Amino acid sequence: MTFYALFLPFVVALFAPALTRILKHNAAWVLALAPAALFVHFLGFLGAVADGGRVTGGVQWIPSFNVNFSWMIDGLSLTFALLISGIGTLIVLYSGGYLKGHKHQGRFFSFILMFMGSMQGLVLSDSFLMLFVFWELTSITSFLLIGFNHAEERSRRSAIQALVVTGLGGLSLLAGLLVIWNITGVSEMSLLLSTGNLLRDSPFFIAAFVLVLGGAFTKSAQFPFHFWLPNAMEAPTPVSAYLHSATMVKAGVYLLMRLNPVMGDTVAWETVLPIFGGVTLIAGTLLGARQTDLKLMLAYTTMASLGLLVMLTGFGTEGAIAGAVLYLIAHSMFKGGLFMVAGNVDHEAGTRDITRLGGLAGAMPVTFVAALFAAISMGGLPPFVGFLAKEEIYYGLAKGDTWSVVFTIVAIVGNALMFVLGFAVALKPFLGPKVETPKHAHEGPVLLLAGPVVLALGSLFFALFSGWSHEHFSTPMASAVMGHAAEITISIIPHLGLALYLSLGTIALGVLLYLSLAKIRSGMAALLAGIGWGPDRGFDQAIVGIVKLSVAVTRLVQRGRLEFYITATLIFLALAILVPMGIAGEWPAVPAFPDLYFYEWLLVLIAVLGLFAVIWARNRLTAIVSLGIQGFAVAVYFMLLGAPDLSFTQFMVETLSVVILALAMTRLRLSPQDHRSAVQTVTDGIIALAAGGALTLLLLRVLETDFDASLTEFFNEYSLQIAHGRNIVNVILVDFRGIDTFGEIAVVMTSGLAILALIRVLPRRSRSALSEPPKNPQNAGEAV
Amino acid sequence: METAMAFLTGLFFATSLYLMLSKHIIRVLLGVAVLGNAVNLTIFTTGRLTREIPPIIPDDAVVPIDAIANPLPQALVLTAIVISFSFFAFLLVLVFRSYQELGTDDTDEMREAEPVDEPAPPLGY
Repeated sequence: MTFYALFLPFVVALFAPALTRILKHNAAWVLALAPAALFVHFLGFLGAVADGGRVTGGVQWIPSFNVNFSWMIDGLSLTFALLISGIGTLIVLYSGGYLKGHKHQGRFFSFILMFMGSMQGLVLSDSFLMLFVFWELTSITSFLLIGFNHAEERSRRSAIQALVVTGLGGLSLLAGLLVIWNITGVSEMSLLLSTGNLLRDSPFFIAAFVLVLGGAFTKSAQFPFHFWLPNAMEAPTPVSAYLHSATMVKAGVYLLMRLNPVMGDTVAWETVLPIFGGVTLIAGTLLGARQTDLKLMLAYTTMASLGLLVMLTGFGTEGAIAGAVLYLIAHSMFKGGLFMVAGNVDHEAGTRDITRLGGLAGAMPVTFVAALFAAISMGGLPPFVGFLAKEEIYYGLAKGDTWSVVFTIVAIVGNALMFVLGFAVALKPFLGPKVETPKHAHEGPVLLLAGPVVLALGSLFFALFSGWSHEHFSTPMASAVMGHAAEITISIIPHLGLALYLSLGTIALGVLLYLSLAKIRSGMAALLAGIGWGPDRGFDQAIVGIVKLSVAVTRLVQRGRLEFYITATLIFLALAILVPMGIAGEWPAVPAFPDLYFYEWLLVLIAVLGLFAVIWARNRLTAIVSLGIQGFAVAVYFMLLGAPDLSFTQFMVETLSVVILALAMTRLRLSPQDHRSAVQTVTDGIIALAAGGALTLLLLRVLETDFDASLTEFFNEYSLQIAHGRNIVNVILVDFRGIDTFGEIAVVMTSGLAILALIRVLPRRSRSALSEPPKNPQNAGEAV
Repeated sequence: METAMAFLTGLFFATSLYLMLSKHIIRVLLGVAVLGNAVNLTIFTTGRLTREIPPIIPDDAVVPIDAIANPLPQALVLTAIVISFSFFAFLLVLVFRSYQELGTDDTDEMREAEPVDEPAPPLGY
């Protein structure tokens, strides 16, 4: 069943465009059944993983390389799978309303279902190779979705940027997985998790660690690879809600959590992850505070949240992991919901600029309530799951040593700023005096409301029935991340303690900052304008640099001049023969003076004369006749050396060549002399002699080696006995190597057809103009 | 014998390559024709040379009795001659037609596929 579940989204994606053509936007109701069915399917595993169990399965994929198509379901992957299919169901419905009437809505459904399948495959993969394939598939589908409005240059740029950054990260991940494979000898996650300290103790641990982080940090938009995520907001809002907040960007966090049992608890892990995560958290919230666009504000808080998750995962204490698990679940629900709220506001009011929105609460009451619920969860207030997460985070971070104090302060500042941004998105557009918006705002249809409402209620119920939800979701997930049994017990009943005081402090700080949001915004804008450069501009510079470099290389290598190409080829040919010969000291010995009969010498002389005559020919006739001389000389050679068949064929071919050349050349012009300058003549001569000399040396060296006559002996032996022919050459051609001859005939036929085609194409100019040479009329001296 | 042929073959190569380095497409064509012979001589010579005894089994024998010429390179060269001839014929027609169409026999002026003033690719997205 799980095998088919992995393919279901892809199959449904195939039919989505056709279905959308028939049912229009109502196709969403039908298409949402697929992720809903997956959600129900995965619910069935809750019992199996509740006590830290693991369900694996698979089929052989490439048995010769021991690569399997295998999956693993444990607490971590199951929670992810439920989030993907559950939120996926809501997103499909939401897309039905959001892109209603869009001419490419079917294509959009198809892309988003393909993404769903890829993401689901990613979190369920057991084998490394499958993980990598699905990882890259999420990058590709993300590219398609960000570039959905492909007519806009901004969309295309964002799509390419996301693909380049996450695609390169994917390659880094592949390298990392291969290193892990080499260290441990296993290529499946389920086996890797039981290798204990093997990976940690390896001298190559750091290599694997850095390469895996390359994948995780790019995918999860950690500073300084964060810049693609805000740009990805060019995508339609359902994509932002689904890929770029709830699911895909968490793939990096998933990977880190997955590898925590075998890579965690090391100095590198517990230093690098918290530092990068902490910087990302603070940078994300500060950058977000500058924005006035609802989606961009949310995008930067997503980046900040991912930083928080990485920081917690790296922090390593049991409480921090538990906090990360709860925060991940909470974030997927409240951020997905807030994005859909932002989309609703944009869709119904016509703008998502926070300074041009206000007083929409009356017009959009349901959206407002959903936004408020999500913001309360994001702000970490009871009775929502965000509150549980924040309590657990403070509980896990707050220890006495300096290291912990620093990160506790980072978490407090980050959370306070996220509190500010969350409430800014949820309150500013809805409260205050009514502002005139581009469109007359009213409540959206049920397709647009289902998502935010269900997610808001989900956040509420998860916290209200925390005992049940911990038992089924958070505890198994935390156990899988930690690699041993763990239990999460936190509930919405506040218990006096340090964590609660820190929460209260966060809220107080948040309220304070909320009131001075405008000041923070202008301050950040001034600061960033002062810096003036960021990785986003750096990306543009890199891309422009690559294009310019490739143009320069192409212009250098491909000059469009045949002479240059041939010169380069010949120089390389000469070097390729001479240099290895020189290095290996394989020069041929100085040969003895050849012992030839006088008529053989005569023939050599004729051939040489023919060759020189071709070079120095000043008119067409001389050139053709000289070409014939060297050809016939070769034919006579074949005759003298016991090859009458060759000789016969050579005579025929040379005769034909001469005749055809003579016919064609009545219409062609051979310049009286070779228009080469003296320097050019010498240079070309040297190159030609070097290449020819190199080939001579090679041939001499080959002739020094012992001759292996086994093939010849075979043909001599069996020519008559097997093939019943006395002319051995003919027998080889038509019998032993008959297929080759067949290929030869095919070549001749093909070139014949090509010649026919060339001749029958009508010339551009009229026939009469052709017979005269168009240029250089000073060829009067030549004649045929 | 083989030594002489090796040097002669080298001269065939050098001649054909010198012709192919010309800017005049007709000379390049002549160079290709000579190149065919050069390659054939190479194959033939590496199979070692024997004077005047064709590889034919006498009527009263089952296998060749005397030392005969090596039949294998002969078979290969026979194929090669025919292929290089058809290649030559194709090139000849191609040269003829391009001369008709482009009005030049100078390879430097044949810039249809790679024009001199080819615009640089756009730097945007």
